[in-house]
Order: sequence, then structure tokens, then C-alpha cells
Amino acid sequence: MSAAVEPLLEPLLEIEDLHVNVGDKPILRGLTLKIGPGEMHAIMGPNGAGKSTLAHFLAGREGYVHVSGTVRFQGRDLLVMPPEERARAGVFLAFQYPVEIPGIGNQYFMRTALNAQRRGRGEEELDAADFIKLIREKQRLVELPDAMLKRSVNDGFSGGEKKRNEMLQMALFEPVLSMLDETDSGLDIDALGTVGKVVRSLRNAERGFLVITHYDRLLSHLEPDFVHVLSAGRIVKSGGRELAQELEEKGYGWLVEGQA
Amino acid sequence: MPSPTPQPTASPPKAPSSGGDAALDSLLSREYEHGFVTEIESELAPLGLNEDIIRLISSKKDEPQWLLDWRLAAYARWLKMTPPTWQNVKFPPIDYQAAYYYAAPKTKNAPKSLDEVDPKLLETYEKLGVPLHERARLAGVAVDAVFDSVSVATTYRSQLAEKGILFCSFSEAVKDHPELVRQYLGSVVPVTDNYYSALNSAVFTDGSFVYIPPGVRCPMELSTYFRINAANTGQFERTLIIADRGSHVSYLEGCTAPMRDENQLHAAVVELIAHDDATIKYSTVQNWYPGDENGKGGIYNFVTKRGKCAGVRSKISWTQVETGSAITWKYPSCILLGDESVGEFYSVALTNHRQQADTGTKMIHIGKNTRSTIISKGISAGHGQNTYRGQVRIQRTATGARNYSQCDSLLIGDNCGAHTFPYLEVHERSAVVEHEATTSRIGEDQLFYCRQRGLSAEEAVSLIVTGFCKQVFRELPMEFAVEATKLLGVSLEGSVG
Repeated sequence: MSAAVEPLLEPLLEIEDLHVNVGDKPILRGLTLKIGPGEMHAIMGPNGAGKSTLAHFLAGREGYVHVSGTVRFQGRDLLVMPPEERARAGVFLAFQYPVEIPGIGNQYFMRTALNAQRRGRGEEELDAADFIKLIREKQRLVELPDAMLKRSVNDGFSGGEKKRNEMLQMALFEPVLSMLDETDSGLDIDALGTVGKVVRSLRNAERGFLVITHYDRLLSHLEPDFVHVLSAGRIVKSGGRELAQELEEKGYGWLVEGQA
Repeated sequence: MPSPTPQPTASPPKAPSSGGDAALDSLLSREYEHGFVTEIESELAPLGLNEDIIRLISSKKDEPQWLLDWRLAAYARWLKMTPPTWQNVKFPPIDYQAAYYYAAPKTKNAPKSLDEVDPKLLETYEKLGVPLHERARLAGVAVDAVFDSVSVATTYRSQLAEKGILFCSFSEAVKDHPELVRQYLGSVVPVTDNYYSALNSAVFTDGSFVYIPPGVRCPMELSTYFRINAANTGQFERTLIIADRGSHVSYLEGCTAPMRDENQLHAAVVELIAHDDATIKYSTVQNWYPGDENGKGGIYNFVTKRGKCAGVRSKISWTQVETGSAITWKYPSCILLGDESVGEFYSVALTNHRQQADTGTKMIHIGKNTRSTIISKGISAGHGQNTYRGQVRIQRTATGARNYSQCDSLLIGDNCGAHTFPYLEVHERSAVVEHEATTSRIGEDQLFYCRQRGLSAEEAVSLIVTGFCKQVFRELPMEFAVEATKLLGVSLEGSVG
């Protein structure tokens, strides 16, 4: 694998030779990846490489065929856990296309979700007053207007507002493992800065990040420890931050040729 | 209702089933909570239906001759009528001779006060969450409790009487206020309006009667709790609400029945009359026994409800949450006669397992500048079939009339159906009529999004459905909105499949 330093602590996420199909079609074909506590990994790669499949599969979405390989999260078999249990254990996915839920207030949804997670972890639920204090604090970080909290979940939000709303939830839930699926797509410079701010506020020695992106520009806000190139369902190259810059200049062709 | 020409019909889009669906499945199969039977001795009329049975019902209720004649005339008309066949529901023909048309709990004499009411009856209502006793009564809600064919108690009567409000059982109204009953009975729903209204007019037993005098705002919610208990009986209640000039009343009804393998018929007629500047708000939470998951048993809920906005600026608002019954067939409607009168219809209808519903409304605009709003939310799960059928008719006289209709259908699973039959008849140029309709399936995407945030599939479905119904629930009085939300959750159990 990479020349990067092996993490010393027990990995947060450990993916071993993972094969996943959609129907009969192999999408992930022998993917191996370790994310240690405190680390941020970026996954780049051409369209159709399997980047989004990886993120959705790890979050527990139905419709994928697990062919072989293992995924362990903090030592537990992640793949036997239903999606909500993964969420409660601290796995978060910031969606590329967040879903609209008409009729349910955004703030109410977040409180319900946070309390479901807290219940799942055996923690006390937050009452309305404590929650409002918390959400106010996080709201400042993402600069989402008050009106967005009152409106239905993602209902009528612009693309950028939806992404900010995902960031607000990420800030609120303080996940152990945050996965960002092309969060930068369709975002202006200011919004990219917001993503950076939220990620920095969460970074510490325990939490891990898996950032999926096409472009270096998000990574310049995030400063990942590792950059991997995913092509045809496998990691074909790993390196540090400089790899992303190289990709930006040269494209994927020189890595991908002769692969699939 | 005109005979139907099928309009766009949505059948559920096929989508791969998922684990979320399995969870929805278990959610949709909880048991009916009110299925118990009260062991009480009943007085039953002989089986079947004929003129003698009608005479018997009339004499049991000590009715005046004019009412007996009215019943017999209705019966004669009913014999010549045939059941409607245009509705989008399926059931075997009903044998009208195989049912009892009168069932009453045995008592020595009519109870003069609650202390004389059979404790078993009080216990029944207590169990249903409608305590009648002074100390436990629902605050701010006056209740008329109807058990099979008779009203067993009406609470808060004296407080209401101080304001001149009449709230009593229909049978008492016939005795104590015959002039009002005679004036209004059948004035909104004519005897021969339809097959079931004619049957009801012949054999109706009890129900509630409300009169609000001019200028009075009724200080509490009025409600009737209908309970079918006896086996093989039909329930045919009659409700009449009159809001005099400038008055205001909010009325609620709730309904439950024991779990039985036979289908039972409930054919009610409700008539509302709103005079000048009067407002009637009528809310229903219907939870009759829906039958088991294979469609055995359950109530046939064939009901005619109609309100007449007789006066200028009068308003009638229907809100219904229909979660029970094997078959629901009802179209609470408004005749907007008075200028600037307003009709509203807010409906949530849920069909799970083998339930069928064909429900909607009619808004008949006659007066000038009349307005109506229709918000219908249909939820289908399991093998449920849910039909919205609504008519908006703007007569030539209704200049400046406006209607807005919104019909949304939500499908859960692959085996249910949602159907929409809107009939818009506009005979006046200046009218504005808008109709919007949507059909959606609880998406795998929505479910996954919620589960990714830590909610179980059940919690996610209940959240999405609650959001879907919000426009209707907010029309319900507070405590009933909470009740309706809970009821929806229970009724949906086992639906995710």
C-alpha cells in the first residue's frame, strides 16, 4: 500500500479486501483501507470508480450485494449493524443529495435524530431548552439562517443550503467517523470555507474522516493526512496531500490506464 | 355523486423491497386496541327488517306519530331503491334480514343521572378513554355516549343549558324539542338522497342533537362517542346540529367496536345547519374495527354527512381522520347557499391490510363569493385500497366563487393502491377552481436518510407520515391531534412490506 506511516492506535475503520456488487455488476473489487483515530483520508477518482458506493455501503444502504471482505468499526463487525445502529455508534454520512421530508420541521427532525442517537448510546435525551442552546451554537458555525431551522427538512432548500444543513447535522451529532460524499459539489468558495470550519471544529485525536471529492480545492480547506485514488473499485495509489495537487495537474489518466 | 368516469389512477410504482420495508411490515401489524366486548344483557329487536321492526323501534323510543310515518315512508322508498355500485370498493351483497336493528343494554328505567347508569357501561367508556363520571371527565369536553342503539349518558348538560345550548341524545330531542327536530330533520340530507340514507331514515336509533342559540359561542367541545357492542347489529345513528345566527360550535365524534368475524353495518346520517355568521366545526376520529389482516370482519362504514351553509358568511368545516372500518364510504359535504359562506374539508384516510376506503367530499357553490378548501391525504399500506372522490360544483349563481383542492396520496409497500376521482363542474365564468394532486411512495431514500441519522425504520415511517398529514392534524382540537397521531402509528403497524 502506501508509503505513509502506519497508524499506531487500533484503527477506527478497517476495510479488508472488500468486494461489493450492484446486481451482478462488481463495483468495489478488493478495496482495502484503514482509518486510524484522528486521521483524515480523502478518496479521489474518476466517475464510476465506486466512491459513492463505498460511502453508502458503509452507511448501510440497502441494494448492495456484499460479496466478500470485512469492515470493522472500532473493532465491531460494521456490516451486521442496521443503518440506525451505525449512526448511533457514530458513523455519519453527509449526503451528496440530501433528501427532502415535507411537513417535518428541520429543527424538530434534528432533535428527534440526536435523541434517538443518544438513547441508542444509553445517554440522557436533551430537552427542548438544552437542544436550542446547542443548535444555536452550531448554527453560528455553518451560518444557516434561522428560517432554515423552521422549514421542513431540506424542503425547497437550494443545493448550497442543503449542504450547509448536512454540515449543521454533522456539527450537531459530533460523529466518530464522518464521511463526506462530494460535499463540495455545487458549493461556492464561502460555503467551502464553512465545510472547512465545521471539519476543523470536530477534528481531534479520536475522530476520523473519509472525504470523497473530485477536486483539490476542498482538500485545501481540510488538509487531509492521506489521499487515495480509487479506480475500478480498488485503491490504485495512496499518498499525502501532495498527491491531490498532482492529480489536479495531471488528471487520472496516468494512474487509471491499464487498470480496469 | 355522479357516476364515475375513471380519472388518472395511480398504482404503486414498483421498487425493490428493502430491509426498511421488513421493518415497516412489523410496524403495520399491531392489534386493534378497542376490540373488547362488554358483557351486558341486551334487549334486541327480532332479527331482520320489516315494518313491524320499525314500529317497534319507534314505540321503544316513544315517538310521535309524525316521526313513525316519516320512518315508514322512508322504508317504503328504500325498498324500491338499489345499493350504489359506482364506488371503488368490493364486498359481497349485504343480507339486510340477517341483522338486528335495535339493541339496547337492559335497564329498569331510563337513568335519571349518571349514578343510575349501569356501572358496566361506565367502565366500558372509561376503558375507551372517555370517562363519563364527574371526577374523571375530560376537561372542556362534553360527551354524549351512544352504546349500540341508545344514548347512555350526556355530560355537562346543565352548564351548557345555562347558555341556552341544547346538547342531548336524538331520542330526547324528539321528546323535548319536537319543533326543532321536525323543522330540520331531513332538510339537508333528503330521505332518498341515497340507499343508505333512506335505510337510516327508516331505522335510525339514536345519536346526538345540538342547538346553539343566536350569538352564543359554545364554551366547550361537544362530542359523541359511538360504540357498537352487540353482535350482528347495525348501528344507524342520526346527528343533527343547528348553529343559529352568529353562533359557534366545535363538535367531535369518536367510534370503536369489538373485534368480530362478521361484518357489521354502520350507516349514519349527519346533518349540519349553519345560519347567518354561524360556524360549525365537525371533527371525526373514526376507528371502527377494521377487520383482521386477511380482511375478515370489520365495520362497513357507509355514512352520509352533509352541512348546509344556509346563512350569509356562515362556515362549515369538516375534519376527518379515518383509520378504522373494513370499508369506508363517506363524503362529508357542504352546500354553500349563503353568500360568502365557506366550506372546508380536511381528511386523512388510512387503509392498511385489506381495508378499502372511498371517501372525499362535495362542495356545492350556490351563493355569491362562496369559498371552499379541500385537503385530502390518503395513505395506503399492505393491500389497502384508498380512493379520493370529490365533487366541486359551481352553480351559475355563484359569482366570484373559489375552490382550492389538494389531494395527496402516500403509498407504503408494493401491494396497495391509491385512486383519485375529482369531478369539477364549473357553470360560472368568474369562478376560480384549482386542483392539485400528488402521489408518492415512502421512498427508500427518505427511509435511509432518517435511519442514517439514527431513527429506526418505524420511527422514520411514523415521522414521514406525520409530516404528510400535518395540514390536516393541525385542524383538529389539540388533544385529538395527539390522539390521531398515535392512532395513525398504531394503524400503520405492520405496514412496511
